[in-house]
Amino acid sequence: MRNGRRAAISGTAEWAPQRRWDTPMFGLEAYGKLAREALDDAGMELGEIDGILCTRLGDAPMFAPAAVAEYLGIEANFGEVVDLGGANATGMVWRAAAAIEAGVCDACLCLLPSVPAPPEPGAKPQAQSWMLGADAWGAPHGQFDAPYGLINPNSHFAMVAQRYMHEYDLEPRTLAKVAVQGRENALQNPKAIFRDQPITIDDVLNSPMVVDPLHLLEIVMPCAGGAGVVVTTLERAQQTGLRPVVVSGFGEHITHKSITYAPSLTQIPIVAAADRAFAMAGGGREAIDVASMYDCYTITVLVTIEDSGFCAKGEGARFVEEHDLRFGGDWPLNTHGGQLGMGQGGAAGGMSHVVDVVTQLQGRAGARQVGSAERGYVTGTGGCMSEQVALVLEGA
Amino acid sequence: MAESPPRILPRPTAATAPFWEAAREHRLLLPLTAEGEPYFYPRAFSPGSLAPGTEWVEASGRGVLYSYTVDRRGTAPAFAARAPYVIGIVELEEGPRMTTNIVECAIEDVRIGMALEAVYEDVDDEVTLVQFRPV
Repeated sequence: MRNGRRAAISGTAEWAPQRRWDTPMFGLEAYGKLAREALDDAGMELGEIDGILCTRLGDAPMFAPAAVAEYLGIEANFGEVVDLGGANATGMVWRAAAAIEAGVCDACLCLLPSVPAPPEPGAKPQAQSWMLGADAWGAPHGQFDAPYGLINPNSHFAMVAQRYMHEYDLEPRTLAKVAVQGRENALQNPKAIFRDQPITIDDVLNSPMVVDPLHLLEIVMPCAGGAGVVVTTLERAQQTGLRPVVVSGFGEHITHKSITYAPSLTQIPIVAAADRAFAMAGGGREAIDVASMYDCYTITVLVTIEDSGFCAKGEGARFVEEHDLRFGGDWPLNTHGGQLGMGQGGAAGGMSHVVDVVTQLQGRAGARQVGSAERGYVTGTGGCMSEQVALVLEGA
Repeated sequence: MAESPPRILPRPTAATAPFWEAAREHRLLLPLTAEGEPYFYPRAFSPGSLAPGTEWVEASGRGVLYSYTVDRRGTAPAFAARAPYVIGIVELEEGPRMTTNIVECAIEDVRIGMALEAVYEDVDDEVTLVQFRPV
């Protein structure tokens, strides 16, 4: 709380990730559609919104918040383009909360549309998006990483897994368990792309090796999608029909772009982000009822559990083996199935974890409801374990 | 024959040209901080202090494999034809880490901690990449 104001998440919107998206939309159109759905969910009016958090959009590559304000027909007191990759969602939520608590604005849209635009007439062949910016003139990674094939996050995260297995006790079966239990949660999520496909540990280990030591079923399925939340004052959120979810602690930490230059391959940025988030929330890790951790790969989850401080360093494998991570288990994690089970709705993938915990705290998770949850923990991971955000969320 | 995407090659800038020029001469050059500590990759300013960086040291070319992966299917299109191949992070004797490929080594023999030495791949008249092979 700052200035006597507290920020809370109210409405949410989430589209089921799809491999093929049948209804192309421009970025501004998709932002507007998500906004309408999130506002309807909260029972709020568009005119209440005075904060816009977005990424660069295909049809608004510059001045994006201004383009959104104009397109939506609102006037904003806060506009922010967030560029933290998989940590965009969590990064947006705390920025919105901080802006609201600072008194800069009263209600923010944090939306991540990620669907294909209608085909452009006479369009030139696509830019090399798989280069992830490394082909920009002068980009250090274009000179020192890309020529060797270190481009796709798959390879960066594989480096982490390989080094972790060298330094600590971790067997492939334990990593596979993360994918299997996420998938079991996904079976109860109607929006999950793999809702009809249970898997076993052997399925994971027998799936093709993509980047040693990571198998195909340890890697998210890239999809199109979209998701977002409305963040407003606790006072306003209390007037909606939804349980307000207070953003009670947050932290962010950024250390490198390419994994080669990371301070450590096995101790990840979430350490500092989690410490700050829990200190701010004024409560301990033992009070967390439900967690949702960015799971681009299985290894991301295991190290994030450990470096968030839920177990000692090097004990991540034992933690995963000793706990039941399903929604009915003793340590419910990624109850939406994670992105591994739900599909990674492009930029919206990170938002699925925010929506997961908010849905649980609001008691709206249906068949996968964990019971009465009071306090949740969400992480976002961007780039190549480059930037991480931790959120502590509490039902009010 | 289907045309495969061209190789991705470094485009040196003023700050990095000495490194790539040395590579063409089959030498490994590392930039130094104001305190004389080698670092990587070369920058116009030393990371951590932002001192202007103009001093260089010739490295031994020896190091150990810090981590690696085998790109089995070409995670980037320009590498599909080469897959499977090994992407490695080498920790140089002088301290800094570099991205590289592990060459002249069977994939199944690659191990973290293995001793490596630089080997220079002359891609064309302009560009030489610094690769590493087991000692």
